[in-house]
Amino acid sequence: MKLKFAEERLFKVLMIGATLAVFAFVGSIIYSILSKGWGAMSWDMITKLPGGGFYVGKEGGFLNAIVGSVYVVGASAALGLLVSIPVVFYLNVYLKRGSRFAYVARLAYDVLFGIPSIVYGAFGFTIMIYFGLKTSLLGGIIVITLLIIPIFIRSMDEVARQFPREILDAAYSLGATRLETIRVVLRQIAPGIATATLLSVGRAIGDAAGVMFTAGYTDSIPTSLSQPAATLPLAVFFQLSSPIKEVQDRAYAAALVLTLIVLVLSILGRYVTNRFSKHKLK
Amino acid sequence: MRFRVLKDKVAGGVMFSLTALSLLLVVVMGAGLYMKSAPIFDEHGLGELLFSSSWKPMRGEFGFLPFIAGTIWVTVIAVVIAVPISLLTAVFLVEYARPVTRKYVFPALDILAALPSVIYGVWGTLLIVPFISDWLAPRFVDFSTGYTMLAAGIVLGVMILPLLVSLFIEIITSVPGELREASISLGATRWQTTKSVVIRDVRPGLAAAVVLAVSRALGETIAVLMVCGNLPEIPRSLFSACYPIPALIANNYGEMLSLPSYEAALMFAALILFVVVLLFNLISRVILYRVEKNVA
Repeated sequence: MKLKFAEERLFKVLMIGATLAVFAFVGSIIYSILSKGWGAMSWDMITKLPGGGFYVGKEGGFLNAIVGSVYVVGASAALGLLVSIPVVFYLNVYLKRGSRFAYVARLAYDVLFGIPSIVYGAFGFTIMIYFGLKTSLLGGIIVITLLIIPIFIRSMDEVARQFPREILDAAYSLGATRLETIRVVLRQIAPGIATATLLSVGRAIGDAAGVMFTAGYTDSIPTSLSQPAATLPLAVFFQLSSPIKEVQDRAYAAALVLTLIVLVLSILGRYVTNRFSKHKLK
Repeated sequence: MRFRVLKDKVAGGVMFSLTALSLLLVVVMGAGLYMKSAPIFDEHGLGELLFSSSWKPMRGEFGFLPFIAGTIWVTVIAVVIAVPISLLTAVFLVEYARPVTRKYVFPALDILAALPSVIYGVWGTLLIVPFISDWLAPRFVDFSTGYTMLAAGIVLGVMILPLLVSLFIEIITSVPGELREASISLGATRWQTTKSVVIRDVRPGLAAAVVLAVSRALGETIAVLMVCGNLPEIPRSLFSACYPIPALIANNYGEMLSLPSYEAALMFAALILFVVVLLFNLISRVILYRVEKNVA
Protein backbone atom coordinates (compact mmCIF):
# COMPACT_ATOMS: atom_id res chain seq x y z
CA MET A 1 0.00 0.00 0.00
CA LYS A 2 2.77 2.41 0.96
CA LEU A 3 4.78 1.40 -2.07
CA LYS A 4 2.48 2.92 -4.65
CA PHE A 5 2.59 6.30 -2.94
CA ALA A 6 6.37 6.14 -2.73
CA GLU A 7 6.44 5.33 -6.45
CA GLU A 8 4.08 8.21 -7.16
CA ARG A 9 6.33 10.60 -5.28
CA LEU A 10 9.50 9.29 -6.93
CA PHE A 11 8.14 9.71 -10.42
CA LYS A 12 6.73 13.13 -9.68
CA VAL A 13 10.20 14.22 -8.62
CA LEU A 14 11.68 12.68 -11.78
CA MET A 15 9.11 14.45 -13.94
CA ILE A 16 9.76 17.82 -12.37
CA GLY A 17 13.47 17.12 -12.77
CA ALA A 18 13.00 16.36 -16.49
CA THR A 19 11.00 19.55 -17.00
CA LEU A 20 13.63 21.57 -15.18
CA ALA A 21 16.25 19.93 -17.39
CA VAL A 22 14.47 21.40 -20.42
CA PHE A 23 14.77 24.86 -18.85
CA ALA A 24 18.41 24.16 -18.00
CA PHE A 25 19.17 23.28 -21.64
CA VAL A 26 17.45 26.40 -22.99
CA GLY A 27 19.09 28.55 -20.35
CA SER A 28 22.58 27.21 -20.89
CA ILE A 29 22.34 27.54 -24.67
CA ILE A 30 21.07 31.11 -24.56
CA TYR A 31 23.51 32.03 -21.81
CA SER A 32 26.56 30.59 -23.56
CA ILE A 33 25.70 32.27 -26.87
CA LEU A 34 24.88 35.60 -25.21
CA SER A 35 27.91 35.75 -22.94
CA LYS A 36 30.40 34.72 -25.63
CA GLY A 37 28.76 36.68 -28.41
CA TRP A 38 28.17 39.91 -26.53
CA GLY A 39 31.86 40.42 -25.78
CA ALA A 40 32.77 40.04 -29.45
CA MET A 41 29.87 42.11 -30.71
CA SER A 42 30.46 45.55 -32.13
CA TRP A 43 28.81 47.91 -34.56
CA ASP A 44 31.46 47.08 -37.17
CA MET A 45 30.50 43.41 -37.13
CA ILE A 46 27.06 43.98 -38.57
CA THR A 47 27.76 47.00 -40.77
CA LYS A 48 31.04 46.17 -42.50
CA LEU A 49 32.27 43.67 -45.03
CA PRO A 50 35.29 41.52 -44.20
CA GLY A 51 38.42 43.62 -44.62
CA GLY A 52 41.81 42.55 -46.00
CA GLY A 53 43.09 40.58 -43.03
CA PHE A 54 39.70 39.59 -41.68
CA TYR A 55 40.48 35.92 -41.38
CA VAL A 56 43.67 36.51 -39.42
CA GLY A 57 41.86 38.73 -36.98
CA LYS A 58 42.02 42.19 -38.57
CA GLU A 59 39.22 44.69 -39.20
CA GLY A 60 35.86 44.08 -40.81
CA GLY A 61 32.51 42.47 -40.12
CA PHE A 62 30.17 39.88 -41.51
CA LEU A 63 27.61 42.05 -43.27
CA ASN A 64 28.15 39.82 -46.33
CA ALA A 65 26.73 36.84 -44.46
CA ILE A 66 23.76 38.76 -43.06
CA VAL A 67 22.81 40.15 -46.48
CA GLY A 68 23.45 36.79 -48.16
CA SER A 69 21.17 34.99 -45.71
CA VAL A 70 18.45 37.60 -46.23
CA TYR A 71 18.73 37.27 -50.03
CA VAL A 72 18.62 33.47 -50.02
CA VAL A 73 15.85 33.11 -47.48
CA GLY A 74 13.80 36.06 -48.73
CA ALA A 75 13.74 34.80 -52.31
CA SER A 76 13.10 31.21 -51.22
CA ALA A 77 10.25 32.25 -48.93
CA ALA A 78 8.60 34.24 -51.73
CA LEU A 79 8.95 31.37 -54.24
CA GLY A 80 7.89 28.86 -51.60
CA LEU A 81 4.72 30.80 -50.75
CA LEU A 82 3.86 31.00 -54.45
CA VAL A 83 3.82 27.21 -54.61
CA SER A 84 2.51 26.30 -51.19
CA ILE A 85 -0.53 28.58 -50.86
CA PRO A 86 -2.21 27.08 -53.98
CA VAL A 87 -1.30 23.57 -52.80
CA VAL A 88 -2.78 24.13 -49.36
CA PHE A 89 -5.91 25.67 -50.91
CA TYR A 90 -6.21 22.71 -53.28
CA LEU A 91 -5.82 20.14 -50.51
CA ASN A 92 -8.39 21.79 -48.27
CA VAL A 93 -11.02 23.27 -50.60
CA TYR A 94 -10.89 21.43 -53.93
CA LEU A 95 -10.40 17.96 -52.54
CA LYS A 96 -13.12 16.36 -50.47
CA ARG A 97 -12.58 15.45 -46.83
CA GLY A 98 -11.10 11.99 -46.59
CA SER A 99 -9.76 12.11 -50.15
CA ARG A 100 -7.19 9.42 -50.88
CA PHE A 101 -5.00 11.81 -52.86
CA ALA A 102 -4.95 14.30 -49.99
CA TYR A 103 -3.85 11.53 -47.63
CA VAL A 104 -1.00 10.49 -49.88
CA ALA A 105 -0.02 14.13 -50.48
CA ARG A 106 0.12 14.93 -46.77
CA LEU A 107 2.15 11.80 -46.14
CA ALA A 108 4.57 12.73 -48.90
CA TYR A 109 5.01 16.28 -47.61
CA ASP A 110 5.63 14.92 -44.13
CA VAL A 111 8.29 12.61 -45.55
CA LEU A 112 9.85 15.48 -47.52
CA PHE A 113 9.81 17.54 -44.33
CA GLY A 114 11.74 14.76 -42.61
CA ILE A 115 14.46 14.39 -45.23
CA PRO A 116 17.69 15.88 -43.87
CA SER A 117 18.87 19.14 -45.37
CA ILE A 118 22.26 17.60 -46.19
CA VAL A 119 20.43 15.28 -48.61
CA TYR A 120 18.67 18.29 -50.12
CA GLY A 121 22.09 19.88 -50.45
CA ALA A 122 23.61 16.84 -52.15
CA PHE A 123 20.62 16.53 -54.46
CA GLY A 124 20.67 20.25 -55.25
CA PHE A 125 24.34 19.99 -56.07
CA THR A 126 23.73 17.22 -58.59
CA ILE A 127 21.00 19.31 -60.24
CA MET A 128 23.36 22.25 -60.43
CA ILE A 129 26.07 20.14 -62.05
CA TYR A 130 23.49 18.79 -64.47
CA PHE A 131 22.57 22.31 -65.55
CA GLY A 132 26.17 23.50 -65.46
CA LEU A 133 25.65 25.94 -62.56
CA LYS A 134 28.45 26.86 -60.18
CA THR A 135 27.96 27.50 -56.49
CA SER A 136 25.84 30.61 -56.56
CA LEU A 137 23.05 32.60 -54.99
CA LEU A 138 20.69 30.91 -57.47
CA GLY A 139 21.76 27.43 -56.35
CA GLY A 140 21.21 28.34 -52.72
CA ILE A 141 17.80 29.76 -53.50
CA ILE A 142 16.78 26.62 -55.41
CA VAL A 143 17.75 24.27 -52.59
CA ILE A 144 16.27 26.36 -49.79
CA THR A 145 13.04 26.74 -51.82
CA LEU A 146 12.78 22.95 -52.17
CA LEU A 147 13.54 22.63 -48.47
CA ILE A 148 11.04 25.25 -47.33
CA ILE A 149 8.04 24.16 -49.45
CA PRO A 150 7.17 21.05 -47.38
CA ILE A 151 7.61 23.04 -44.15
CA PHE A 152 5.29 25.77 -45.45
CA ILE A 153 2.70 23.33 -46.72
CA ARG A 154 2.54 21.21 -43.60
CA SER A 155 2.37 24.11 -41.18
CA MET A 156 -0.24 26.01 -43.22
CA ASP A 157 -2.21 22.86 -43.77
CA GLU A 158 -2.50 22.40 -40.01
CA VAL A 159 -4.13 25.85 -39.85
CA ALA A 160 -6.33 25.34 -42.90
CA ARG A 161 -7.68 22.04 -41.58
CA GLN A 162 -9.17 23.87 -38.58
CA PHE A 163 -11.15 26.01 -41.02
CA PRO A 164 -14.90 25.48 -40.47
CA ARG A 165 -16.52 23.82 -43.51
CA GLU A 166 -19.79 25.67 -42.87
CA ILE A 167 -18.24 28.89 -44.11
CA LEU A 168 -17.46 27.18 -47.43
CA ASP A 169 -21.03 25.91 -47.64
CA ALA A 170 -22.31 29.44 -47.00
CA ALA A 171 -20.12 30.77 -49.81
CA TYR A 172 -21.25 28.02 -52.22
CA SER A 173 -24.90 28.69 -51.42
CA LEU A 174 -24.39 32.30 -52.50
CA GLY A 175 -23.22 31.02 -55.87
CA ALA A 176 -19.43 31.26 -55.41
CA THR A 177 -17.23 28.82 -57.27
CA ARG A 178 -14.56 26.92 -55.36
CA LEU A 179 -11.91 29.32 -56.60
CA GLU A 180 -13.90 32.34 -55.44
CA THR A 181 -14.06 31.05 -51.88
CA ILE A 182 -10.33 31.76 -51.71
CA ARG A 183 -11.07 35.29 -50.52
CA VAL A 184 -13.08 33.99 -47.59
CA VAL A 185 -10.59 31.24 -46.79
CA LEU A 186 -7.53 33.47 -47.02
CA ARG A 187 -9.02 36.07 -44.74
CA GLN A 188 -9.75 33.40 -42.16
CA ILE A 189 -6.38 31.71 -42.22
CA ALA A 190 -4.21 34.77 -42.87
CA PRO A 191 -2.82 34.95 -39.31
CA GLY A 192 -2.05 31.24 -39.50
CA ILE A 193 -0.23 31.73 -42.77
CA ALA A 194 1.75 34.61 -41.31
CA THR A 195 2.79 32.54 -38.31
CA ALA A 196 3.67 29.52 -40.46
CA THR A 197 5.74 31.78 -42.72
CA LEU A 198 7.67 33.36 -39.86
CA LEU A 199 8.42 30.01 -38.21
CA SER A 200 9.45 28.37 -41.49
CA VAL A 201 11.68 31.31 -42.39
CA GLY A 202 13.32 30.97 -38.99
CA ARG A 203 14.03 27.35 -39.78
CA ALA A 204 15.36 28.11 -43.26
CA ILE A 205 17.68 30.91 -42.15
CA GLY A 206 19.45 28.62 -39.71
CA ASP A 207 20.00 25.83 -42.18
CA ALA A 208 23.65 25.37 -42.99
CA ALA A 209 23.90 21.95 -44.61
CA GLY A 210 21.65 22.89 -47.53
CA VAL A 211 23.54 26.01 -48.58
CA MET A 212 27.01 24.67 -47.91
CA PHE A 213 27.64 23.28 -51.39
CA THR A 214 25.05 25.25 -53.30
CA ALA A 215 25.45 28.90 -52.28
CA GLY A 216 29.15 28.70 -51.46
CA TYR A 217 30.86 31.44 -49.50
CA THR A 218 32.25 34.83 -50.42
CA ASP A 219 33.50 38.03 -48.83
CA SER A 220 31.39 40.36 -50.90
CA ILE A 221 27.69 40.94 -51.28
CA PRO A 222 26.42 39.18 -54.41
CA THR A 223 25.20 41.51 -57.15
CA SER A 224 23.78 38.85 -59.44
CA LEU A 225 22.19 35.43 -59.16
CA SER A 226 25.24 33.67 -60.56
CA GLN A 227 27.63 34.89 -57.86
CA PRO A 228 28.21 32.89 -54.69
CA ALA A 229 26.64 34.16 -51.48
CA ALA A 230 27.75 33.92 -47.85
CA THR A 231 25.23 32.88 -45.23
CA LEU A 232 25.14 33.38 -41.46
CA PRO A 233 25.21 29.74 -40.32
CA LEU A 234 28.24 29.12 -42.51
CA ALA A 235 29.88 32.30 -41.19
CA VAL A 236 29.56 30.80 -37.70
CA PHE A 237 30.75 27.40 -38.83
CA PHE A 238 33.79 28.47 -40.85
CA GLN A 239 35.05 31.09 -38.42
CA LEU A 240 34.71 28.78 -35.45
CA SER A 241 37.02 26.26 -37.10
CA SER A 242 39.77 28.89 -37.28
CA PRO A 243 42.61 28.52 -34.76
CA ILE A 244 42.85 32.32 -34.24
CA LYS A 245 40.98 33.59 -31.20
CA GLU A 246 39.77 36.88 -32.75
CA VAL A 247 38.22 34.99 -35.64
CA GLN A 248 36.55 32.53 -33.28
CA ASP A 249 35.12 35.46 -31.34
CA ARG A 250 33.49 36.67 -34.53
CA ALA A 251 31.91 33.28 -34.92
CA TYR A 252 30.29 33.84 -31.52
CA ALA A 253 29.13 37.29 -32.59
CA ALA A 254 27.63 35.81 -35.76
CA ALA A 255 26.01 33.08 -33.67
CA LEU A 256 24.49 35.77 -31.45
CA VAL A 257 23.07 37.61 -34.48
CA LEU A 258 21.64 34.38 -35.89
CA THR A 259 20.11 33.41 -32.54
CA LEU A 260 18.52 36.83 -32.14
CA ILE A 261 17.04 36.71 -35.67
CA VAL A 262 15.58 33.25 -35.06
CA LEU A 263 14.21 34.17 -31.63
CA VAL A 264 12.61 37.37 -32.93
CA LEU A 265 10.97 35.45 -35.79
CA SER A 266 9.70 32.82 -33.37
CA ILE A 267 8.29 35.37 -30.89
CA LEU A 268 6.79 37.42 -33.72
CA GLY A 269 5.12 34.25 -35.01
CA ARG A 270 3.41 33.61 -31.68
CA TYR A 271 2.44 37.27 -31.37
CA VAL A 272 0.76 37.32 -34.79
CA THR A 273 -1.35 34.30 -33.93
CA ASN A 274 -2.46 35.82 -30.64
CA ARG A 275 -2.97 39.36 -31.83
CA PHE A 276 -4.64 38.94 -35.20
CA SER A 277 -6.89 35.99 -34.68
CA LYS A 278 -9.63 38.07 -33.08
CA HIS A 279 -11.52 38.37 -36.39
CA LYS A 280 -11.49 34.65 -36.80
CA LEU A 281 -14.79 32.82 -36.58
CA LYS A 282 -14.55 29.88 -34.29
CA MET B 1 -21.25 32.88 -65.98
CA ARG B 2 -19.57 30.10 -67.94
CA PHE B 3 -16.32 32.00 -67.68
CA ARG B 4 -16.32 31.78 -63.87
CA VAL B 5 -16.81 28.02 -63.98
CA LEU B 6 -14.03 27.73 -66.55
CA LYS B 7 -11.72 29.80 -64.36
CA ASP B 8 -12.53 27.52 -61.43
CA LYS B 9 -11.65 24.44 -63.49
CA VAL B 10 -8.43 25.91 -64.87
CA ALA B 11 -7.29 27.02 -61.44
CA GLY B 12 -8.04 23.52 -60.17
CA GLY B 13 -5.88 22.04 -62.91
CA VAL B 14 -3.00 24.40 -62.18
CA MET B 15 -3.17 23.69 -58.47
CA PHE B 16 -3.33 19.96 -59.06
CA SER B 17 -0.22 20.07 -61.22
CA LEU B 18 1.62 22.18 -58.63
CA THR B 19 0.74 19.59 -55.99
CA ALA B 20 1.67 16.63 -58.18
CA LEU B 21 4.94 18.25 -59.28
CA SER B 22 6.03 19.04 -55.75
CA LEU B 23 5.20 15.46 -54.75
CA LEU B 24 7.34 14.14 -57.59
CA LEU B 25 10.28 15.65 -55.76
CA VAL B 26 10.47 12.53 -53.57
CA VAL B 27 10.81 10.30 -56.61
CA VAL B 28 13.17 12.60 -58.51
CA MET B 29 15.40 12.94 -55.48
CA GLY B 30 15.68 9.19 -54.98
CA ALA B 31 16.26 8.58 -58.69
CA GLY B 32 18.84 11.36 -58.97
CA LEU B 33 20.86 10.13 -56.01
CA TYR B 34 20.65 6.55 -57.25
CA MET B 35 21.89 7.44 -60.72
CA LYS B 36 24.75 9.46 -59.33
CA SER B 37 25.83 6.67 -57.00
CA ALA B 38 25.40 3.85 -59.55
CA PRO B 39 29.09 3.79 -60.62
CA ILE B 40 30.19 2.83 -57.13
CA PHE B 41 27.76 -0.12 -57.02
CA ASP B 42 29.22 -1.48 -60.23
CA GLU B 43 32.74 -1.18 -58.94
CA HIS B 44 32.39 -2.50 -55.43
CA GLY B 45 29.06 -4.16 -54.80
CA LEU B 46 26.67 -3.32 -52.01
CA GLY B 47 28.11 -5.79 -49.49
CA GLU B 48 31.62 -4.41 -49.64
CA LEU B 49 30.40 -0.82 -49.43
CA LEU B 50 28.28 -1.44 -46.35
CA PHE B 51 30.47 -3.87 -44.41
CA SER B 52 34.05 -2.97 -45.20
CA SER B 53 35.73 -0.67 -42.71
CA SER B 54 38.58 0.52 -44.89
CA TRP B 55 38.04 4.10 -46.04
CA LYS B 56 40.83 5.22 -48.37
CA PRO B 57 39.20 7.19 -51.17
CA MET B 58 42.50 7.98 -52.88
CA ARG B 59 43.24 4.28 -53.20
CA GLY B 60 39.71 3.50 -54.29
CA GLU B 61 38.61 1.77 -51.09
CA PHE B 62 35.21 2.84 -49.91
CA GLY B 63 34.08 1.00 -46.80
CA PHE B 64 31.20 2.78 -45.11
CA LEU B 65 31.15 0.70 -41.94
CA PRO B 66 32.92 3.30 -39.73
CA PHE B 67 30.42 5.95 -40.77
CA ILE B 68 27.41 3.68 -40.42
CA ALA B 69 28.60 2.58 -36.98
CA GLY B 70 29.21 6.19 -35.99
CA THR B 71 25.76 7.23 -37.14
CA ILE B 72 24.05 4.39 -35.31
CA TRP B 73 25.95 4.91 -32.07
CA VAL B 74 25.41 8.65 -31.97
CA THR B 75 21.72 8.19 -32.66
CA VAL B 76 21.40 5.52 -29.97
CA ILE B 77 23.05 7.80 -27.39
CA ALA B 78 20.78 10.67 -28.40
CA VAL B 79 17.66 8.53 -28.07
CA VAL B 80 18.75 7.06 -24.73
CA ILE B 81 19.19 10.59 -23.39
CA ALA B 82 16.17 12.23 -25.00
CA VAL B 83 13.40 9.64 -24.66
CA PRO B 84 13.24 9.40 -20.83
CA ILE B 85 13.49 13.17 -20.38
CA SER B 86 10.89 13.94 -23.02
CA LEU B 87 8.49 11.21 -21.90
CA LEU B 88 8.64 12.37 -18.29
CA THR B 89 8.21 16.00 -19.37
CA ALA B 90 5.27 15.17 -21.62
CA VAL B 91 3.52 13.09 -18.92
CA PHE B 92 4.12 15.87 -16.42
CA LEU B 93 2.67 18.51 -18.73
CA VAL B 94 -0.40 16.49 -19.70
CA GLU B 95 -1.27 14.65 -16.50
CA TYR B 96 0.15 16.74 -13.66
CA ALA B 97 1.01 20.33 -14.51
CA ARG B 98 -1.29 23.27 -13.98
CA PRO B 99 -2.04 25.51 -16.99
CA VAL B 100 0.27 28.16 -15.54
CA THR B 101 3.21 25.77 -15.63
CA ARG B 102 2.46 24.87 -19.23
CA LYS B 103 2.46 28.55 -20.11
CA TYR B 104 6.12 28.70 -19.09
CA VAL B 105 7.30 25.35 -20.43
CA PHE B 106 5.87 25.63 -23.94
CA PRO B 107 7.80 28.78 -24.90
CA ALA B 108 11.00 27.12 -23.66
CA LEU B 109 10.30 24.13 -25.91
CA ASP B 110 9.52 26.51 -28.78
CA ILE B 111 12.92 28.13 -28.36
CA LEU B 112 14.67 24.74 -28.34
CA ALA B 113 12.82 23.81 -31.53
CA ALA B 114 13.59 27.11 -33.24
CA LEU B 115 17.33 27.26 -32.56
CA PRO B 116 19.40 26.41 -35.66
CA SER B 117 21.67 23.40 -35.81
CA VAL B 118 24.82 25.50 -35.93
CA ILE B 119 23.89 27.18 -32.63
CA TYR B 120 23.63 23.77 -31.00
CA GLY B 121 27.07 23.09 -32.41
CA VAL B 122 28.48 26.25 -30.84
CA TRP B 123 26.85 25.33 -27.53
CA GLY B 124 28.36 21.86 -27.80
CA THR B 125 31.88 23.18 -28.37
CA LEU B 126 31.52 25.77 -25.60
CA LEU B 127 29.98 23.60 -22.88
CA ILE B 128 29.67 19.90 -23.65
CA VAL B 129 33.11 19.32 -25.15
CA PRO B 130 35.05 20.97 -22.27
CA PHE B 131 32.74 19.23 -19.78
CA ILE B 132 33.70 15.86 -21.24
CA SER B 133 37.41 16.51 -21.73
CA ASP B 134 38.02 18.22 -18.36
CA TRP B 135 35.59 16.52 -16.04
CA LEU B 136 33.91 13.38 -17.29
CA ALA B 137 36.51 11.63 -19.44
CA PRO B 138 39.44 11.77 -16.96
CA ARG B 139 37.40 9.60 -14.60
CA PHE B 140 37.18 6.80 -17.14
CA VAL B 141 39.98 7.09 -19.69
CA ASP B 142 43.47 8.57 -19.79
CA PHE B 143 42.90 11.24 -22.35
CA SER B 144 40.08 12.59 -24.47
CA THR B 145 39.84 15.75 -26.54
CA GLY B 146 36.18 16.03 -25.69
CA TYR B 147 35.28 15.90 -29.37
CA THR B 148 33.67 12.53 -28.93
CA MET B 149 30.76 10.32 -29.75
CA LEU B 150 29.29 11.14 -26.33
CA ALA B 151 29.39 14.89 -27.03
CA ALA B 152 27.66 14.37 -30.39
CA GLY B 153 25.05 12.15 -28.73
CA ILE B 154 24.29 14.70 -25.98
CA VAL B 155 23.96 17.60 -28.42
CA LEU B 156 21.77 15.53 -30.72
CA GLY B 157 19.67 14.35 -27.77
CA VAL B 158 18.88 17.93 -26.77
CA MET B 159 18.10 18.77 -30.40
CA ILE B 160 15.42 16.08 -30.72
CA LEU B 161 13.89 16.86 -27.31
CA PRO B 162 11.31 19.42 -28.48
CA LEU B 163 10.12 17.20 -31.33
CA LEU B 164 9.73 14.23 -28.99
CA VAL B 165 7.93 16.23 -26.30
CA SER B 166 5.43 17.72 -28.72
CA LEU B 167 4.71 14.35 -30.34
CA PHE B 168 4.39 12.63 -26.95
CA ILE B 169 2.03 15.34 -25.70
CA GLU B 170 -0.16 14.97 -28.77
CA ILE B 171 -0.27 11.20 -28.34
CA ILE B 172 -0.91 11.18 -24.59
CA THR B 173 -3.69 13.76 -24.96
CA SER B 174 -5.42 11.39 -27.38
CA VAL B 175 -6.17 8.93 -24.54
CA PRO B 176 -9.81 9.41 -23.54
CA GLY B 177 -10.38 10.82 -20.03
CA GLU B 178 -12.83 8.05 -19.13
CA LEU B 179 -10.00 5.52 -19.07
CA ARG B 180 -8.17 7.62 -16.49
CA GLU B 181 -11.30 8.08 -14.39
CA ALA B 182 -12.01 4.36 -14.43
CA SER B 183 -8.49 3.57 -13.31
CA ILE B 184 -8.45 6.21 -10.56
CA SER B 185 -11.83 5.07 -9.26
CA LEU B 186 -10.32 1.61 -8.77
CA GLY B 187 -7.80 3.14 -6.39
CA ALA B 188 -4.82 3.56 -8.67
CA THR B 189 -2.53 6.51 -8.10
CA ARG B 190 -1.97 8.98 -10.89
CA TRP B 191 1.39 7.46 -11.80
CA GLN B 192 -0.05 3.93 -11.76
CA THR B 193 -2.79 5.15 -14.09
CA THR B 194 -0.24 6.78 -16.36
CA LYS B 195 1.98 3.72 -16.37
CA SER B 196 -0.55 0.92 -16.77
CA VAL B 197 -3.43 2.63 -18.57
CA VAL B 198 -2.38 5.72 -20.49
CA ILE B 199 1.03 4.63 -21.73
CA ARG B 200 -0.09 1.07 -22.39
CA ASP B 201 -2.92 2.44 -24.51
CA VAL B 202 -0.65 4.44 -26.80
CA ARG B 203 2.48 2.31 -27.05
CA PRO B 204 2.40 2.09 -30.87
CA GLY B 205 2.09 5.87 -31.11
CA LEU B 206 4.98 6.42 -28.71
CA ALA B 207 7.13 3.98 -30.66
CA ALA B 208 6.27 5.79 -33.89
CA ALA B 209 7.27 9.11 -32.32
CA VAL B 210 10.63 7.65 -31.32
CA VAL B 211 11.19 6.33 -34.84
CA LEU B 212 10.42 9.77 -36.23
CA ALA B 213 12.87 11.38 -33.83
CA VAL B 214 15.50 8.80 -34.80
CA SER B 215 15.10 9.70 -38.45
CA ARG B 216 15.53 13.37 -37.56
CA ALA B 217 18.67 12.53 -35.58
CA LEU B 218 20.15 10.47 -38.42
CA GLY B 219 20.32 13.44 -40.75
CA GLU B 220 21.56 16.13 -38.37
CA THR B 221 24.72 17.51 -39.90
CA ILE B 222 26.37 20.66 -38.72
CA ALA B 223 25.89 20.37 -34.97
CA VAL B 224 27.19 16.79 -34.94
CA LEU B 225 30.03 17.62 -37.32
CA MET B 226 31.23 20.34 -34.95
CA VAL B 227 31.58 18.09 -31.90
CA CYS B 228 32.06 14.50 -33.10
CA GLY B 229 35.82 14.53 -33.82
CA ASN B 230 35.57 13.30 -37.43
CA LEU B 231 37.85 10.25 -37.41
CA PRO B 232 36.98 7.54 -39.95
CA GLU B 233 37.33 4.62 -37.53
CA ILE B 234 34.78 2.41 -35.89
CA PRO B 235 34.30 4.09 -32.48
CA ARG B 236 35.57 1.94 -29.61
CA SER B 237 34.10 3.77 -26.63
CA LEU B 238 31.93 6.71 -25.68
CA PHE B 239 35.08 8.79 -25.43
CA SER B 240 36.47 8.12 -28.87
CA ALA B 241 35.81 10.24 -31.92
CA CYS B 242 33.29 9.17 -34.51
CA TYR B 243 32.27 10.21 -37.99
CA PRO B 244 28.56 9.98 -38.89
CA ILE B 245 27.41 9.87 -42.52
CA PRO B 246 26.06 13.46 -42.79
CA ALA B 247 29.37 14.80 -41.46
CA LEU B 248 31.19 12.73 -44.06
CA ILE B 249 29.18 14.30 -46.87
CA ALA B 250 29.58 17.83 -45.53
CA ASN B 251 33.32 17.57 -44.93
CA ASN B 252 34.32 16.13 -48.26
CA TYR B 253 32.21 17.96 -50.76
CA GLY B 254 35.01 20.23 -51.83
CA GLU B 255 37.46 17.47 -52.66
CA MET B 256 35.11 14.99 -54.19
CA LEU B 257 35.03 16.55 -57.64
CA SER B 258 38.67 15.51 -58.14
CA LEU B 259 37.71 11.84 -58.31
CA PRO B 260 34.59 10.46 -60.04
CA SER B 261 34.31 7.40 -57.80
CA TYR B 262 34.68 9.66 -54.74
CA GLU B 263 31.71 11.69 -55.89
CA ALA B 264 29.71 8.51 -56.45
CA ALA B 265 30.66 7.31 -52.97
CA LEU B 266 29.42 10.51 -51.33
CA MET B 267 26.22 10.34 -53.36
CA PHE B 268 25.85 6.79 -52.13
CA ALA B 269 26.16 8.10 -48.57
CA ALA B 270 23.37 10.59 -49.29
CA LEU B 271 21.32 7.77 -50.83
CA ILE B 272 21.68 5.62 -47.69
CA LEU B 273 20.43 8.52 -45.58
CA PHE B 274 17.60 9.22 -48.00
CA VAL B 275 16.36 5.63 -48.07
CA VAL B 276 16.59 5.04 -44.30
CA VAL B 277 14.94 8.35 -43.41
CA LEU B 278 12.25 7.79 -46.04
CA LEU B 279 11.35 4.36 -44.65
CA PHE B 280 11.39 5.48 -41.01
CA ASN B 281 9.25 8.48 -41.84
CA LEU B 282 6.70 6.49 -43.81
CA ILE B 283 6.26 3.90 -41.06
CA SER B 284 6.01 6.38 -38.21
CA ARG B 285 3.74 8.84 -40.03
CA VAL B 286 1.24 6.15 -41.02
CA ILE B 287 1.00 5.05 -37.38
CA LEU B 288 0.76 8.64 -36.13
CA TYR B 289 -2.02 9.46 -38.60
CA ARG B 290 -3.99 6.60 -37.13
CA VAL B 291 -3.47 7.98 -33.62
CA GLU B 292 -4.58 11.41 -34.83
CA LYS B 293 -7.71 9.97 -36.37
CA ASN B 294 -8.70 8.41 -33.04
CA VAL B 295 -8.69 11.87 -31.49
CA ALA B 296 -10.91 13.46 -34.12
